[in-house]
Amino acid sequence: MQEHDMSWVRTEMVLAQPAPAGVTGLGAWVRKNLIASTGDTILTIVGIALVAMILPQIINWAFINAVWTGPDRTVCATVAQGGIQPDGWTGACWAFVNAKFGQFMLGRYPIEERWRPILVAILFVALLVPMLIPKVPRKGLNAVLLFFVLPIVAFVLLVGGMFGLPHVETSLWGGLLVTLSLSFVGIAVSLPLGIVLALGRRSKMPIIKTLCVVFIETVRGIPLITVLFFASVMLPLFLPEGVSFDKFLRALIGVSLFAAAYMAEVVRGGLQAIPKGQYEGADSLGLGYWQKMYFIVMPQALKLVIPGIVNTFIGMFKDTSLVIIISMFDLLGIVKQNFSDANWATAQTARSGLIFAAFVFWLFCFGMSRYSMYTERRLDTGHKR
Amino acid sequence: MASQDVLREEPSRGSFINDPKIRGIFFQVLVVVLLVAGVWWIAHNVIDNLTRLRIASGFGFLKGRAGFDISESAIAYSSDSTYGRAILVGLLNTLIVAIVGIITATIIGFVIGIGRLSQNWLIRKICTVYVEVFRNIPPLLVIFFWYSGVLAVLPAPRDSYNLPFGSFLNQRGFYFPRAVWGDGSWLIFVALLVGIAMAWFVARKARQRQMATGQQFPVFWTSAALIVGLPLLAYALSGFPLSFDYPKQSTFNLTGGFQVRPEFLSLYLALSCYTAAFIAEIVRAGIRGVSAGQTEAAAALGLRSGSILRLVVVPQAMRIVIPPLTSQYLNLTKNSSLAIAIGYPDLTATAGTVLNQTGQAVEGVVIMMVIYLAISLLTSLVMNWFNAKMALVER
Repeated sequence: MQEHDMSWVRTEMVLAQPAPAGVTGLGAWVRKNLIASTGDTILTIVGIALVAMILPQIINWAFINAVWTGPDRTVCATVAQGGIQPDGWTGACWAFVNAKFGQFMLGRYPIEERWRPILVAILFVALLVPMLIPKVPRKGLNAVLLFFVLPIVAFVLLVGGMFGLPHVETSLWGGLLVTLSLSFVGIAVSLPLGIVLALGRRSKMPIIKTLCVVFIETVRGIPLITVLFFASVMLPLFLPEGVSFDKFLRALIGVSLFAAAYMAEVVRGGLQAIPKGQYEGADSLGLGYWQKMYFIVMPQALKLVIPGIVNTFIGMFKDTSLVIIISMFDLLGIVKQNFSDANWATAQTARSGLIFAAFVFWLFCFGMSRYSMYTERRLDTGHKR
Repeated sequence: MASQDVLREEPSRGSFINDPKIRGIFFQVLVVVLLVAGVWWIAHNVIDNLTRLRIASGFGFLKGRAGFDISESAIAYSSDSTYGRAILVGLLNTLIVAIVGIITATIIGFVIGIGRLSQNWLIRKICTVYVEVFRNIPPLLVIFFWYSGVLAVLPAPRDSYNLPFGSFLNQRGFYFPRAVWGDGSWLIFVALLVGIAMAWFVARKARQRQMATGQQFPVFWTSAALIVGLPLLAYALSGFPLSFDYPKQSTFNLTGGFQVRPEFLSLYLALSCYTAAFIAEIVRAGIRGVSAGQTEAAAALGLRSGSILRLVVVPQAMRIVIPPLTSQYLNLTKNSSLAIAIGYPDLTATAGTVLNQTGQAVEGVVIMMVIYLAISLLTSLVMNWFNAKMALVER
């Protein structure tokens, strides 16, 4: 490089100046984000008033005034209601949740057999966590273990009746156990079934296409409760005399079919987004229909609709709470059932139990949605439209 | 061209097994055969089971006496009414809660959705918390929370909360004054209809004039004056026929007024809060889907921020918003079937009771499915029409 010796040209760079006062720091942030204009200031004041009104009450109720342990309802009731708390007291009754925790998790599963669902839960976590972390190797083996071996092991452990394990009726299952097993099976069944239905809907064979359209649109047009009614009232009528289905199985079929119809529409959205050239390219390579779908179309289509798929999963996870209508007790159902326990009936019981259930549901759903956002970012190869 | 035709007519398939056409026909025939066999088997079992249980099939049972009471009914109903009428009452209750819920959810949803895009950090965060909380818990839980967590622990009627306008809130629901329309009040309704018609006419003329001459006309204020002013005038002219029946507190209960029962209230609040979270996300996505260039171009044309929103951003955002909004409305309608869990007599609940009493499982479930499908189709039709109206008109 040629050296300049012209005296009016600087030879060294000017040092970076600090940003002018008033655009950095806390004051500037407040000016920009809270009091940018008169309207903004009013909004901020209203917002602060709202938070100041609600937040202390919530903290007071949930933590400061809350009762954490106790043998029965007296710890959560005021003197007037026959308890030990001063009159006018309101606070969360976590003692209720504490006392019923085992039931909330496993329902009426026999106490001496509870190690079985706990073992299944440990196995499930041990297989799921490496599946979710992208860096852990051997995904194929892991998937086989999670989706094929684990269900069999879980079935043997949970139902029993073989290898010397006593049989446990599914009517004794309850709580989070029911919620999670319904959703796991529902997810594992509805995704493949939804893919098949979506392919059927785009198929060139008229009869198959019509059948798929009718199934999808009918199921999407009616509420899940009607489907569950159908599964619990009509299925027994459909079968020959003497043959009967387990109630749990009926709910499983209902939930899975329901979710499959929604999944089919999500997958169809992905299939429609794949350019025609991809299909034609696969054809010109001489791939058959299933090869084309498996190697070329599906990997691209499914990647596009990950948010939709996870939304359907979340929806199904929340929908499992409806099995209470056909008198099965999932997490929400068992919490609600315990309101009528005279030993714990206070004004705070219902609220505390429901907020606990809401927190558990929220954890799972929020976790799923955050993980899907992470996966979406990870798989984003820039082809997204 | 000719050579191509020749190529198409003579596919070089090794065997007819590999011919996609023949395969397609084979699979379809197989599916049809399996389906017919399955349906025949099921029908056979159903007939067997029904004869064994001595249940007559057919819809004749709808004319039978219901014999059960329904706590809330928009039309005259007693336990002497027919099963058919009971189901009709349920259907009306479903429609009422769905329509009221949809209106409220849309309002809350739009406010929260716009709030999430606010410049104001605090408002943004409050709205985010709202959305993330309600999106991630089951609607049934929200219903139970309102029902057993909030409304059931309100004070007894004796110590009701006094609210403005002579309304009360207690365990048994929300009471507010009932309007009693006296003689001559039909004039008010006629005036209202005339006002709406005239406002529509004025808006149409004003638009035509603006298109032709560019002159603007204060449509909003004129319409407001017409729609509010005419009925008020009619009210005064017909001699103030409107009076109110206020709820009065007696020893154990409130008498008079209009009572909104806690079942309806909790279902309505829960569905509105829950669906509003989803609508908020849709609205946010819709507004963000309008590119920043549109806003900047509008600003460059000299529009004020209110006008930019009203004339440029919202019309384009609506195109993105309407299709998912339709499915949220349908979801709300379908979720209203959760009413059965707290005893609000909606369609599923009444049809379920009828089904249990008569044992007509097949007919009961078919009625439910057909009605829900019809509601879904109607809603989609209306929203598709609206969508087509809002859609981009290209050259």
